[in-house]
Amino acid sequence: MHDLLLVGGRVLTAEGMADVDVAVAGGRVVALGRELGPAREVLDCAGAWVGPGFVDVHTHAREPGGEWKEDLATVTAAAVAGGYTAILTMPNTDPPVDGAPTARYVLERGRAIGRCTVGVAGTVTLGRRGEALSHIDDLWDEGVRVFTDDGDVVADAEMLRRALAYIGDRGGVVAQHAVDATLARGAMHEGWVSARLGMRGIPAVAETTIVARDLLLVADTPCRYHVQHVAAAGCIELIARAKDRGLPVTAEVTPHHLTFDHTEVLAGTDPVFKMMPPLRTADDVTAVREALRSGIIDLVATDHAPHADHEKDVPFEEAPNGVIGLEWAAAAVNSAVGLDPERFFDRMSIAPARLAGFDEHGHRIAPGRPANLVVFDPTAEWVPSGTMSRSRNSPYLGRRLVGRVRWTIVDGTIRHEGAASRA
Amino acid sequence: MKSFLDSEQLDRPTLERLLDDADRFREVLERPIAKVPTLRGKTVATLFFEPSTRTRLSFERAAKALSADTMSFSPGTSSLSKGESLKDTVQTIAAMGADLLVVRHRSVGAPARVAAWTGLPVVNGGDGAHQHPTQGLLDALTIRRALGRVEGLRVAIVGDIAHSRVARSGVFTLATLGAQVVLVAPRTLLPVSVEGWPCEVTTDFDEVLETLDVVYLLRVQTERGGATVFPSVREYLRRYGMTRQRFARLGPDAVVLHPGPMNRGVEIEAAVADDPRALVLEQVTNGVAARMSVLYHLLGSPEHA
Amino acid sequence: MPTKRHRVLDAADIDRALRRIAHEIVERERGVDDLVILGIPTRGVPLARRIAAAIAEIEGTDVPLGSLDVGLYRDDLDARPRVALGPTEIPVPLDGRRVVLVDDVLYTGRTIRAALDALADLGRPARVRLAVLVDRGHRELPIRPDHVGKNLPTAPTERVTVHLEEIDGEDAVYVEEPA
Repeated sequence: MHDLLLVGGRVLTAEGMADVDVAVAGGRVVALGRELGPAREVLDCAGAWVGPGFVDVHTHAREPGGEWKEDLATVTAAAVAGGYTAILTMPNTDPPVDGAPTARYVLERGRAIGRCTVGVAGTVTLGRRGEALSHIDDLWDEGVRVFTDDGDVVADAEMLRRALAYIGDRGGVVAQHAVDATLARGAMHEGWVSARLGMRGIPAVAETTIVARDLLLVADTPCRYHVQHVAAAGCIELIARAKDRGLPVTAEVTPHHLTFDHTEVLAGTDPVFKMMPPLRTADDVTAVREALRSGIIDLVATDHAPHADHEKDVPFEEAPNGVIGLEWAAAAVNSAVGLDPERFFDRMSIAPARLAGFDEHGHRIAPGRPANLVVFDPTAEWVPSGTMSRSRNSPYLGRRLVGRVRWTIVDGTIRHEGAASRA
Repeated sequence: MKSFLDSEQLDRPTLERLLDDADRFREVLERPIAKVPTLRGKTVATLFFEPSTRTRLSFERAAKALSADTMSFSPGTSSLSKGESLKDTVQTIAAMGADLLVVRHRSVGAPARVAAWTGLPVVNGGDGAHQHPTQGLLDALTIRRALGRVEGLRVAIVGDIAHSRVARSGVFTLATLGAQVVLVAPRTLLPVSVEGWPCEVTTDFDEVLETLDVVYLLRVQTERGGATVFPSVREYLRRYGMTRQRFARLGPDAVVLHPGPMNRGVEIEAAVADDPRALVLEQVTNGVAARMSVLYHLLGSPEHA
Repeated sequence: MPTKRHRVLDAADIDRALRRIAHEIVERERGVDDLVILGIPTRGVPLARRIAAAIAEIEGTDVPLGSLDVGLYRDDLDARPRVALGPTEIPVPLDGRRVVLVDDVLYTGRTIRAALDALADLGRPARVRLAVLVDRGHRELPIRPDHVGKNLPTAPTERVTVHLEEIDGEDAVYVEEPA
């Protein structure tokens, strides 16, 4: 008797998409095919894609230190609701994850909650102050593989160079919040909308200057280097050229940068559209969509950044940056870009799992693999109206999306069942 | 009209109606008893989160000339310094029974947020470098009263356009009323883009000078670190200042406006500032009348009943 | 909305009524020294102008003529659709003068109450009298006209509209009743 039988879906297998059933037992995939025998539970996957659960490499869980915005319990609930089976939480907590104790705290909390895999990134520099390297080896021993000062750029070139050398030697990833702070004193994209509103802008060159510099440093001191939340089209050409030269470079884009442009700010200056980097032009949106399709941008990351109502409900320029997104990221990507299933699962699961070092996630479905799966209906329409997150700062709330998670399965257990899944 | 938030939202009939009534209020202001009972029993609260004396006084004068009661708020004496949020502050003031809020704030869109939070009519008294719509209205009133019309006039707005809410409101108000607006400034004081602005742009003041009916000089914010955006005050005056020589090249009926406070010797030479065709004090009086018109329309409109 | 409309005064009726009012004013005031005629916008203004012209014909002197808008003195600002403010033009100082207010229709009396308040802010006339083209009754305040062109008993549901050549292209008074 199988634990679960997923019948009638299109399944991402080693040989590509196939119309097969998937049997799950003992937390693993045990068989693909037809007539796989009885199961305790049968899930109707007709019309849906069955693939590896989504993996987010850019989640702000806010724990420890920001629990009024979010914590590991609420963020993992949001994650599995969005089809995610693993998340990598960002280290800009209070205290920051710059040594073993905080890393261990986050990882143990994640395991204790037990809803999905929780990994944690470490900071590049102590206290994210940009002055001295974090306890890289201690963090490494806790299992940390990705290092970032996210929220702030590693501005000092010498510091970054040292980080690339040290982390590169261990085989880890340096992920850069690629926005020059001196060019990012504004509140939104610098362009005709900011000019019309009289708001100080953040030019696209705030991103490209950092990416260009960093790629020169990576060429000089090889290390896996990851560009976080690419928003400016100008970054894409730089990344493409670096990849052509064989540099170990990857890049991510967020759902919101695939969906919205700066004109959203014009009507009503709603702080729900405030994030870093800012929403850029329609041309930039087109460019990041195309780069995600072509693979120059490797993966989608949510940059799920919860803020409480009282923090976001202020004038635009005074609001903190960020939006939440775990629950509708897949739907937003599907709506905005419309990837074929092979690419969709690559960008949403396989590539991010590889980056974060989540070995149990992001694999094509095959017997013997851990059953970390998502059943995603690419044609279901819905309107997000609530959230499992503690915060609700998202422009997708109330907006029609196409594509919805039916089931999220973590280690063979159903962790989320969509509203209309057993209709 | 529920609130008066930005000049872009105003169509020509609305603007003309506001100007027509402002003309009536100018007459009221010239009466021996310069006060009418129209808004008796209404309370206007002026919330100036950014220091400003003249604009707040102008609004208070306007409210009082309409017999409204006024309350005023300034951040120096408030609980904002005790960490109270803007939303809590304005909701507190609304709960005291204000009927209309005049809001000035350094952040773009703050007055619109206040309107959403309180449900009250809000007049934008200036938000960041975004909009200052009653200034746009009083400037249009001043031009119309001085030259008899706005339609077809050529108006130059000269100076720090990039950081000016006066310029943003001026461009849209005057263009909506049919004026041809030209922005004049050094490259560093022009916005990064004027896409969608109904105006021309030039960096050469002298080239357009003789075509102008109205020259609108903006205050040059020397305290904003003028030296970083133009080489020196002397050079600014030479290329963009309203000198006696430039004033002499204007047509005989052309007028000069300035939102105040003036930097004599920077954007305007003293002799020009004191010329009868410099309408600075006229703007101040018209400011009261224009604000009376706005208050009257907002508090007297049926949807407010 | 379908309505039934009757014309109750035509151009000749209006002309006769205004001339009679002019005569009454001259007779009642025993001359026109210190007299000021103020029309209440909108239609009181041309009526005042015509009365002044008639007085000038009778007496051979021009009476100071002005307008007095009451929009800012209404007590029902919230309840009415907003109408544009009319002009207030006071041709001479009012202190010690005899003022004749002119309006088209006298109904509840509230407009005249507002006009008296406005007048009090503008000066201290020796005496104020009221001339109206039509008095339709239904007063809500203790106000009565001194000179009336036509007394017109009406039901509150009916509407009285005055058309004047200067504004409407014809001289006529209509009563409309809802069908």
